[in-house]
Amino acid sequence: MKPFEYIRAEGIDEAGTAAAGGATLIAGGTNLLDLMKLQVAAPGTLVDIGHVPGLGDIEETAEGLRIGALVTNSALAADPRVRKGWPVLSRAILSGASGQIRNRATTAGNLLQRTRCPYFQDPASPCNKREPGSGCPAKGGVSRMTAILGTSENCIAAHPSDMAVAMTLLEAEAEIRAAAGTVRHLPLGDLYRVPGDQPDEETTLQPGEIITAVHVPHVPAGSVQAYRKVRDRASYAFALVSVAGIVRMEEGRMAEARLAFGGVGTKPWHDAEADALLTGRRPSEALFGEAAQLVLAGARTEEGNAFKVPLLSRTMKAVLRELTGAAPASPGTDRTEAYA
Amino acid sequence: MQITLTVNGETRDMDLDPRVTLLDALRDHLRLTGSKKGCDHGQCGACTVLMDGRRVNACLVLAAMAEGAEITTVEGLGRPGSLNPLQQEFVACDGFQCGYCTPGQIMSATGMLAEARDGWPSHVSESLAGPVALTDGEIAERMSGNLCRCAAYPGIRQAISNCAGTSAEAAKEAAE
Repeated sequence: MKPFEYIRAEGIDEAGTAAAGGATLIAGGTNLLDLMKLQVAAPGTLVDIGHVPGLGDIEETAEGLRIGALVTNSALAADPRVRKGWPVLSRAILSGASGQIRNRATTAGNLLQRTRCPYFQDPASPCNKREPGSGCPAKGGVSRMTAILGTSENCIAAHPSDMAVAMTLLEAEAEIRAAAGTVRHLPLGDLYRVPGDQPDEETTLQPGEIITAVHVPHVPAGSVQAYRKVRDRASYAFALVSVAGIVRMEEGRMAEARLAFGGVGTKPWHDAEADALLTGRRPSEALFGEAAQLVLAGARTEEGNAFKVPLLSRTMKAVLRELTGAAPASPGTDRTEAYA
Repeated sequence: MQITLTVNGETRDMDLDPRVTLLDALRDHLRLTGSKKGCDHGQCGACTVLMDGRRVNACLVLAAMAEGAEITTVEGLGRPGSLNPLQQEFVACDGFQCGYCTPGQIMSATGMLAEARDGWPSHVSESLAGPVALTDGEIAERMSGNLCRCAAYPGIRQAISNCAGTSAEAAKEAAE
């Protein structure tokens, strides 16, 4: 690691001021310390916010849950309210990383983790995300883990989070505090940027802004939620593709249907047109296929990741069958209960 | 910088560069070499210790970040001649060959058994409602952050399974 100054922040004001001044914040550190060891990240000042009070609780609000930025992945996945009311969130978190990592990784840190594109993680290699203008060797290179949706000529790095896919599905909002103390709420879809010609700009956060919590709205009891992750080994691996879904059936029709996707997008992927196509319709293989075609219409592939087109299509259809009751539920598909 | 760590119940003061990880502080400064450095990137689990009772990768925590926490290493579980039940089961079940990953496996299993007692579900749990039955599949999933390059996995699973039974019974007795 490059030398740095370590400061333990006592409060959110101190953390915000430091962040506005260019300091890097650390909480769980499971991704940042890794990148510092690789010298992909080399902060001059590291501000530890792990002990800032008021960021570590899960609270019930009128709209749903407020999940503090420092709530660990383990605590969130195991929370009885989340397991009942938002099982897809538990399932997504439990499908990611290892027990040790989940015990340290935090809610906001998970949202802001960096891509695992091998060229981004190798300082000896060009990378437009790490060094703007240096090139993208993932295009035409080792691209098995890269994205097929939301890519640009400059970057095809996939967003690695499972949790963020479930939160995108759940229409969660980030609670963001500016250094001056003002607070704004931002849907996750607007938090993340696609790379375009600025792949180094990954979020719409402004200097000094800190994610202090994530708000997850209620989901009607009786809906069915699922997270299905396909990967190269059975555990502790990033997604090749993942599909998160919620369906609420009424008289044989999908009164509500939402899907979100991981492993395929440069940000946690959501396709409002596919949701609209499914909503209000009777489930059928033809309809599921039509929805998959819609999601994949904008896909741009490399030799190494072209397999993701049929893999995502099949995984999406399999999840929709379970969500609508056309196939028996497997582990990862759960009925939503009223959590209280 | 001055850093005070609480390790296996003892308070230890050190003067460390901010870059020193908890793992390097334990091994190089406190001479507690039970925790092993495998990958140094959180992928192999050989450095697993307990931090306030929960298992973590000591290589992915700065020593400065661990100040104020209760750290437990394998040296804090049992000693030669007075092994704890999990350590005894690893011996009885051939839960290792070269032994390099073993301290991490044992610390991870210690944390994992506590998580299961607390009713935490896993990726392979059929229901999120619990209770947790530690089948071979559940143990394998929950221990996926610990690699064994000798592939002593059947013995490791058996050792943990034997202790899962006793810890579940102990918890039940305590509840009664």
